[in-house]
Amino acid sequence: MSPRRIPSRPGELIDRSTTVSFTWNGRAFTGHQGDTIASALAAAGVEIFSRSMKYHRRRGIFSANHWDPNLSVQVGDEPNVRAGSRRLLEGMQVSAQNVWPSLRFDLGTANQLVGRFLSAGFYYKTFMRPQFLWHSLYQRILRKFAPGGRIHWNTSTHGAYDKRYAHPDVLIAGGGPAGMAAALSAAEAGATVMLVEQEPELGGHLRWGANDDLEVLADLRSAVEASPGIEVLVDSTVSGRYDHNWIAINQRSHPLAPERLIKARAGSLVVAPGLIERPYVFAGNDTPGVMLAGAVRRLTNLWAVRPGDRAVVLTASSEGDSAVADLESAGVEIVEVLDARSGADIVKVDGRGRVRKVHLGDGRTLAADLVVTATGWTAPTSLLNMAGDRPVYDPVAARYFPHALPDNVLATGGITGDGSIAELLAHGRETGELAAARALRIRHDVLTTTARSTSPKGPRPETVPDDRIPLRRVPHPECYRSSTHGLVDFSEDISSKDLMQAASEGFDSIELMKRYTTVTMGPSQGKLETVNAASVLAEARQVDMADVGTTVWRPPFSPISLGALAGRIFEPVRRSALQDWHEANGAVNLLAGQWVRPDRYGDPMAEALNVRNNVGLIDVTPLGKLDLRGPDVPKLLELVYVNRWQKLKVGRVRYGAMVGEDGVVSDDGVTGRLAKDHYLMTTTSSGAGAVWEMLEDWLQTYRSDWEVHVTPVTGGLTSINVAGPRSRDLLERLVGGVDLSADAFPYFSVRTGTVAGVADCIIWRIGFTGELSYELHVPSGHALHVWESLLATGSDLGAAPFGVEAQRILRLEKGHYIVGQDTDGLSKAPTAGLAGLVKLDKEDTVGLPELRAAFDRTDLPVLVGLQPDDPTVVPEEACQIVAGDSNEILGRVTSSRMSPTLGRSICLAQVDPKLAAAGTSVTVKLVDGSRITATVQEHHAHLDPEGERQRV
Amino acid sequence: MILVPCPNCGPRNSSDLRNTGEVVPRPDAATASLSEWRSYLYLRDNPAGWVTETWYCRSGCRTYFTIERNTATNEVRGLERT
Repeated sequence: MSPRRIPSRPGELIDRSTTVSFTWNGRAFTGHQGDTIASALAAAGVEIFSRSMKYHRRRGIFSANHWDPNLSVQVGDEPNVRAGSRRLLEGMQVSAQNVWPSLRFDLGTANQLVGRFLSAGFYYKTFMRPQFLWHSLYQRILRKFAPGGRIHWNTSTHGAYDKRYAHPDVLIAGGGPAGMAAALSAAEAGATVMLVEQEPELGGHLRWGANDDLEVLADLRSAVEASPGIEVLVDSTVSGRYDHNWIAINQRSHPLAPERLIKARAGSLVVAPGLIERPYVFAGNDTPGVMLAGAVRRLTNLWAVRPGDRAVVLTASSEGDSAVADLESAGVEIVEVLDARSGADIVKVDGRGRVRKVHLGDGRTLAADLVVTATGWTAPTSLLNMAGDRPVYDPVAARYFPHALPDNVLATGGITGDGSIAELLAHGRETGELAAARALRIRHDVLTTTARSTSPKGPRPETVPDDRIPLRRVPHPECYRSSTHGLVDFSEDISSKDLMQAASEGFDSIELMKRYTTVTMGPSQGKLETVNAASVLAEARQVDMADVGTTVWRPPFSPISLGALAGRIFEPVRRSALQDWHEANGAVNLLAGQWVRPDRYGDPMAEALNVRNNVGLIDVTPLGKLDLRGPDVPKLLELVYVNRWQKLKVGRVRYGAMVGEDGVVSDDGVTGRLAKDHYLMTTTSSGAGAVWEMLEDWLQTYRSDWEVHVTPVTGGLTSINVAGPRSRDLLERLVGGVDLSADAFPYFSVRTGTVAGVADCIIWRIGFTGELSYELHVPSGHALHVWESLLATGSDLGAAPFGVEAQRILRLEKGHYIVGQDTDGLSKAPTAGLAGLVKLDKEDTVGLPELRAAFDRTDLPVLVGLQPDDPTVVPEEACQIVAGDSNEILGRVTSSRMSPTLGRSICLAQVDPKLAAAGTSVTVKLVDGSRITATVQEHHAHLDPEGERQRV
Repeated sequence: MILVPCPNCGPRNSSDLRNTGEVVPRPDAATASLSEWRSYLYLRDNPAGWVTETWYCRSGCRTYFTIERNTATNEVRGLERT
């Protein structure tokens, strides 16, 4: 079953006492705990794992880690799983992606025959014209070309993704030797440390090292484990660094959530990602059996897999030399070791499903099934770039190095230089100390510089100078491309020839070339490709690498699933104290902003008629309610409302409208004076928060000498509107301490009294529905009692609840506009019909100059009552009013309903001023394109424009 | 996401607060010409550099305060309660 599994290795991760069963393309396989998907398959002799994106070339293991471009597989309903690092689990159903009909026989290979048509910029050149083919044809063709796995829209078994917020003093990206050493010294210095490692275990390259490396690793691991100040996150990727060290981490190792996005605010960030091996560019470099030195080292040492039988090794570094030793110990025959440091080279590899022959630079040809290259390193400086650094190319070491970092970002390990394990550890330790010192200073400042800070524990930490001894830079030959063309980007199937062509077509800046060819834009995100792409461009332009620059690395460091980004949404839903009752009594809910509230209980038309004929109750708790106290409240009201407020008497309420400083109608509501220095303001349901913030802004910023205190009481008071001709009869049975008679409690008045035994209820008489109505503001703890008492006591009067839909019908019959529905972001006061309300002679009011200017204009739209001539037609809201048979827009319907009271359709509409006169016939274009005529009414109100019903 | 130092709550994520923009003096509404008023409404210096701006601690202490922020680097200084 496992023909390529070799005897036990000292650092192996597999537990040979276990058996893990899984399937690969429907066939049964087994592996061990600790295997990756790829290592288990490789041990079983599988050589082809995928087909390449464009040409559908066979692909095998290349880097055997997270970055392997050839190891994206489908696992169950999860696409694009990285089989090079994903650990094997019992029962996994693994299959190849991007193949049809099968991995073994893939018709997409036909693309190889037409390869010259798929070269750089192919999509841009081919699918541009004619444009009309885009939807019908091109889109469908391109969709077939799209690589990647399949998502299962309706059958996710992934459970809930999650989010977490964290505030470590020091965050370390990379759990290799330098990162672990930095974590230990930072924790010793008193910092809280978060140590994040992309692979499922700590150790970095020590894991596949020799025995002495493994001993160092064991010591480091137990020290980290024993340190209470270090939180270790493995199988987690630091995916981005943003302003003020705001750091995103994608955690794949959470016990419950499939992935968790951690948003961390770190005092200092230590970047220790190590180095990533760079592929070598030559003809056939993507043939299965061509591997990076690290890949064969990981396969042999971590998973005890023999990666081939006869190997040719091209080495320019100690990593390649070590790979030779590992291969020998794994029983692989070393056909030849080619030392790139003395000029040896590989020109070409032959073979389709597997390497067969290797053509060398000196003209010889060797038979082999494994070609191992160790030709250089890429410094994954992504996080440094995100911190503003522009790494600099060093031709001696043949890689990029950090240049200038902000104080709160430090780098250590291979990304900064070369050295022995001891040197790496020493640098890591010094970096950890420095990071802790900087972070602890920040923490001290945070705790001591705010107005309410507690007294600091101890003095401010000293500034520690950065006197770290830099790591050495070992000379390395610049090995980028052989004398032949090969692949630069394995994920996107882009060869050095494609890049040269792009350069010759004028796309010869690295950023342009990237976008034109899509090089570095695949799942590897440039970790394998960026430097080779730059080198090909340098070659094409015949300039130095340093003059080409690189593309800017942006987040994410590694692709991140949409589930993790969406995560858990922290948005509370607000419920009134009566919402449970509503739901128990058949309410159909409506989400209105943050609130969930009843849209209807049964038939909204019947609910509306019951209000007109008997008495109805509606829960209007979401109405914004602000308790205003202080001697200067009238000044504040004068300022924020367009009308006058100085003379409002105790016991009276008044309607007010608000505009912004730009003169656009922003909110409206009723405010009542409860006592000399005590008012209750109501706002629209959606505007409650904004009005409160606006009042605070005025009181804090511009009028801080005014004595006003604002308290939001929206949820604290449950608001019940009791509306209908029998509402007084009902309330007389329950209200104590208030004379409800028309003379003693006239329209637009407020009283405070007892309702159903509940004291301190605020009652005001207003008329949004157009009927005699009382709005009760009841302490929410007693609201259910009051609501149930009203319904029980009023059962013989026909008392019944009504929902938001019935209220909308009623208010439209009455012609009351709703801010935001019948007005929009351009509606000024004259449009809303506020001419009678606005007082332009005030000393100051919000938006006063714009108000004045608005009333000078004659071209503003006008809100009018509108009735379709065919009373059975209800035009949908937002239907446009047009000029005759043309499509010239002259207005729109802002609200429309069938009126149960009038038995006809009724609307409010914004129209061009020349159509605003009563009796004007207008044309409304319906959704289906047909046109109807409608007549402008004299009033907004379709029912009782004089207000007789509500003043009784 | 930048950190904004609230005078009461300390440094907080900017999503906990609301940026109400550059501080612009409000003209006298009774006497301002329409063009003066519209400059106040719409015209901002928007420099790539230091700007004095107002923030509202909407998820915390509900204080409006001004800071100086370098829009190019997001460095913050000059915390002052209004």
